Amino acid sequence: MSLPALLTLFALAALAPALTRRLPNGAAWLLACVPAAICALFAVTAAGLAPEQFRIESTPWAPTLGASLSFRLDGLSLAFGMLITGIGALIIVYAGGYLHGDARLGRFLGFLLFFMAAMLGVVLADNILALFVFWELTSLASYLLIGFKNEDGRSRRAALQALIVTGGGGAALLAGLLLFAQIGGSMELSGLIANPVDPTTDPLLLAAVVLILIGCFTKSAQVPFHFWLPNAMEAPTPVSAYLHSATMVKAGVYLMARLNPAFGGSDIWTWSLVLFGGATMLAGAVLALRQTDLKLMLAYTTVMALGLLTFLIGIGGKGGLEAMALFLLAHAFYKGGLFMAVGAVDHEAGTRDLRKMGGLLRPMPALAVAVFVIALSSAGLPPFLGFLAKEYAYEAGLGATHLPIAATFAMLLANVCLVAVAGAVSVGIFLGPARPELAHVHEAPLSLRLGPSVLALLTLAAGLAPGALGAFAIAPLVSAMSGQTFAADLHLWAGFTPALGLSVITLMLGYLAYLRLAALRDLLARAIAATFTFDDVYDRMYRVKIRLAARLTTALQRGSLGFYLSLVFAALGVAPIGGMLYWGWPEIAPDLAGLRAIDVGALALLATGGLAVGLIQARLTAIVALGLVGFAVALIFLLYGAPDLAFTQFMVETMAVVILALALLRLPLAGGRRRSGLVALRDIVIAGLAGISVSTVLLGVLARPFDPLLSEYFAENSYTLAHGRNVVNVILVDFRALDTLGEISVIAVAAIAAYGMIRFRTRAGKGDSR
Amino acid sequence: METLLALLVGLLVAVATFLILSPSIFRLLLGIGVLGNAVNLMIFTGGRLTPVTPPIIHEGETALIAPYANPLPQALILTAIVIGFAFFAYALMTAVRASRDFGHLDARRLDAAERPELVSAEPADIESFRARKEKHG
Repeated sequence: MSLPALLTLFALAALAPALTRRLPNGAAWLLACVPAAICALFAVTAAGLAPEQFRIESTPWAPTLGASLSFRLDGLSLAFGMLITGIGALIIVYAGGYLHGDARLGRFLGFLLFFMAAMLGVVLADNILALFVFWELTSLASYLLIGFKNEDGRSRRAALQALIVTGGGGAALLAGLLLFAQIGGSMELSGLIANPVDPTTDPLLLAAVVLILIGCFTKSAQVPFHFWLPNAMEAPTPVSAYLHSATMVKAGVYLMARLNPAFGGSDIWTWSLVLFGGATMLAGAVLALRQTDLKLMLAYTTVMALGLLTFLIGIGGKGGLEAMALFLLAHAFYKGGLFMAVGAVDHEAGTRDLRKMGGLLRPMPALAVAVFVIALSSAGLPPFLGFLAKEYAYEAGLGATHLPIAATFAMLLANVCLVAVAGAVSVGIFLGPARPELAHVHEAPLSLRLGPSVLALLTLAAGLAPGALGAFAIAPLVSAMSGQTFAADLHLWAGFTPALGLSVITLMLGYLAYLRLAALRDLLARAIAATFTFDDVYDRMYRVKIRLAARLTTALQRGSLGFYLSLVFAALGVAPIGGMLYWGWPEIAPDLAGLRAIDVGALALLATGGLAVGLIQARLTAIVALGLVGFAVALIFLLYGAPDLAFTQFMVETMAVVILALALLRLPLAGGRRRSGLVALRDIVIAGLAGISVSTVLLGVLARPFDPLLSEYFAENSYTLAHGRNVVNVILVDFRALDTLGEISVIAVAAIAAYGMIRFRTRAGKGDSR
Repeated sequence: METLLALLVGLLVAVATFLILSPSIFRLLLGIGVLGNAVNLMIFTGGRLTPVTPPIIHEGETALIAPYANPLPQALILTAIVIGFAFFAYALMTAVRASRDFGHLDARRLDAAERPELVSAEPADIESFRARKEKHG
């Protein structure tokens, strides 16, 4: 069931552009039917599973690598699956209205469906390699969607930043998961989370946990990686509502919840999640108040929500996980709805600046009703789902093992900010005096209203029927996250508890904060201006990286022939000598026996020619000296049984001398200026090292016993196999005939190229000379 | 003989290196010629030297009779000589062309292919972002 669902969504993503071209008005509605159907399928499956039950579906993929397309269906994955496909269906419809008439709508819908499939893969995957692949695919989809307005530099930057941050985290995640798999002895999550482990017992396991958490924290925008999420708001609003509030940013939270049965309760896990989650929660809540752009304001409350979810997993226990499950659903419903509503207002009014809003209740009554329901839920008022989530979060905070007062106080602070934001997006937009500059605004079309309306209904229904919600979603979620059977017992009214008292305080403080929002904003703006933002830190690191790359490139590739050649020949000298210094010098066996007079003559000729060509400045004489070297080499070939070589060498050397002398007529007489003393000294050192290195290696070779294997093979088989008596010839034209063909080709190419070089002019030709 | 040749090969490599590092392209060409010979000799010596007897199977025999000169390095060197000549000729023509186009053969001034000032250090997107920063704070 999982694999067909994923394949269908991927196929749909590929089909979306063509379908949208055919049916520009109905394509989105049509496409939304598929995820809606998959959502219904998940719901049926979930209803058929007991809370602690899970089902594995496995297809072999690359078995030798331990990779399989295996999926785990349980309370956690099915709940996420329903959110992804259910909200996804609403978003597809919404996107159809939001980008109505845009030529790129088809591509946009395709990207959204591609993301949906990848995200579904993340939450369903049981195999860690499959999980990682889907995880990276969501980053890729996010990059494409954030940068959808690719003509805008800010969109491109935000897309790249999100990709770098989450992609870097992804690399850490892969390393962590592989380590964990190696220690745990399984590539399947089901095997890895079956038993609790204590990461402090094994330093490698500790490293695995840290690496996995880096992956989760970057993906779920935890401090100090939170900065990419608000920047991602450059994306069109359907993307912000879907990826960057309801689904993708929860992938990290999902994985922490998924691994909680293994690590939950260990100190490193608890403290990491509570501290980073708590810091993220507070930072997001405070920064949200500072914004005037409604979308950015929502983005920062999303950061706050992600912090709270991490925080609650960290607190753990039945209470913490139950509150986390409730808040997960409550947030997905209200934040997705609020984003869509703000986008709809932006779409109709052409602005989302809080300071320019007001009085839109009359032109947009239907949207207003949905927004008020959702905002009340997000502010944590009964009888909505948000109220339940907040009550149980306070309960969990008060019951926390460590520092219950501090935990509860932090949540109180965050919730106060949330109430103020809820006021801004509901009362701030729709109530108050009508603005003359907003007189043109009309009700949003059905496609833009459907999402907020459905989510408003859900948040109300879930709040009114806590028993059904608990049995259907919360109990399976908590069971999966704790690894133990859990029976949910949720009540909207739990009597006069401390949590209720905290709720009342939250509302009062939140109302005050809303009234003083403008003053708070200025205060925060000044505080932020006086310190720094992590976005700046990212920028600085990015620039340092670019500069470093540029420096390295200009240092190594400075466009100087002399520099390149010096490097190459210095390496020729230093590498073998360094190796011999480290591993020991080769044995050398000097052998001067059997030296004939003619040998000495040939060697003397060679040495004279070699020294002369290096020392003589007069060109013609130097050419003659070069010829002398060649003839001495030919003589040595002749003396030691290589007549073929000798004749070839004589011919080639003669030709080389002739063409060099001919070319000399065309070369400018004033050659390069001579080297200065220091440069000459450097070159002599490099040349000396290269010579010593080659000589030493060759002497080392000579001192070792000779391996005649190949030579004997040719000696024995030349006549019997190839019917040739000249063994060298047979090797060239028979045994290694293809190599000789290659050699001939090289000669031909070199001849053509050399001819072209002197015969034709390039168009740039003269103009480029300097 | 092999020992002396090994030392001479080193000498030739040193001379070739010194010539190749020269700022004069003409001397660089000489260096290429010397280096080719040095490397051929190195292969030849590495395959051991056997005086006089070339690796040719006599009439009536079906295999070489020891002692015979090692045929394998000879085959390699035969190829290397020819390729080396092709390379030398091509480099020479490039030099002729360069001297015609640029009017000099000073290696230090030949940088038309890679000009250092073409490496840019600052991506454009950061700049466009700075403008936005000023807006949002």
